[in-house]
Amino acid sequence: MTAIVQLDCFGLLCPMPIVQTAKKMKELKIGDILEVKATDEGIKTDMPAWCKATGQEFVGIEEENGEYRVFVKKVRE
Amino acid sequence: MDKEKMTIALFSGDLDKVLAAFFLATTAASMGMEVKMFFTFWGLNVVRKPKLTSGKTFLQRMMNCLNRGGAGRLPLSKYNFLGLGPLMMKTMMKQSRVPDVPELIQTARELGVKFLVCTTTFAFMGFQKDDFIDGIDEYCGAAAFLGDARESRVSYFI
Repeated sequence: MTAIVQLDCFGLLCPMPIVQTAKKMKELKIGDILEVKATDEGIKTDMPAWCKATGQEFVGIEEENGEYRVFVKKVRE
Repeated sequence: MDKEKMTIALFSGDLDKVLAAFFLATTAASMGMEVKMFFTFWGLNVVRKPKLTSGKTFLQRMMNCLNRGGAGRLPLSKYNFLGLGPLMMKTMMKQSRVPDVPELIQTARELGVKFLVCTTTFAFMGFQKDDFIDGIDEYCGAAAFLGDARESRVSYFI
């Protein structure tokens, strides 16, 4: 079963959304998806870079009125 | 596979530079890197307890009284204005929910960042281990730091 876990990073500036993401990902199981909600524009480039460095899968990003929803799939421990 | 390593020699005890060092350290640790922070010279103030004085000789005690440590009382490299600058900066950071140095120390710890203290500064400033916060991983010298630095993908001197 794939679970979608949400992480609220509204109002947090770089690098805190990434730090929070790294912490939260440890709690997820392989196959789960993390939805990070953020307002810092840096997340657009930071999250793909984080995924590349850690080997997790960057699923996509949605932007609406300055709010970002980023999806990352856990594919490895 | 061995983890990629990052080393930071933190020479400065200025709030702004220390923040930059901790942002990079916590981000690197979040990206799966093994991070070591080597605190030297004024950088030692970051991991010192905010004691009024410490040291063995008269000069050491004078210097350590003028140069009081403590992560919560670091000066700015610019616009310090006798402490007014850091106060303004800390208020602005709080308003933007940017973590302060004590919070970043805690976050770095949780992410497994290792803290190293320079034994040379430690000795000539007359410090004792009790002058530092709990959980210093190593008290070591330049060769030990460079041993890690030469194996690091990323190494900074701040």
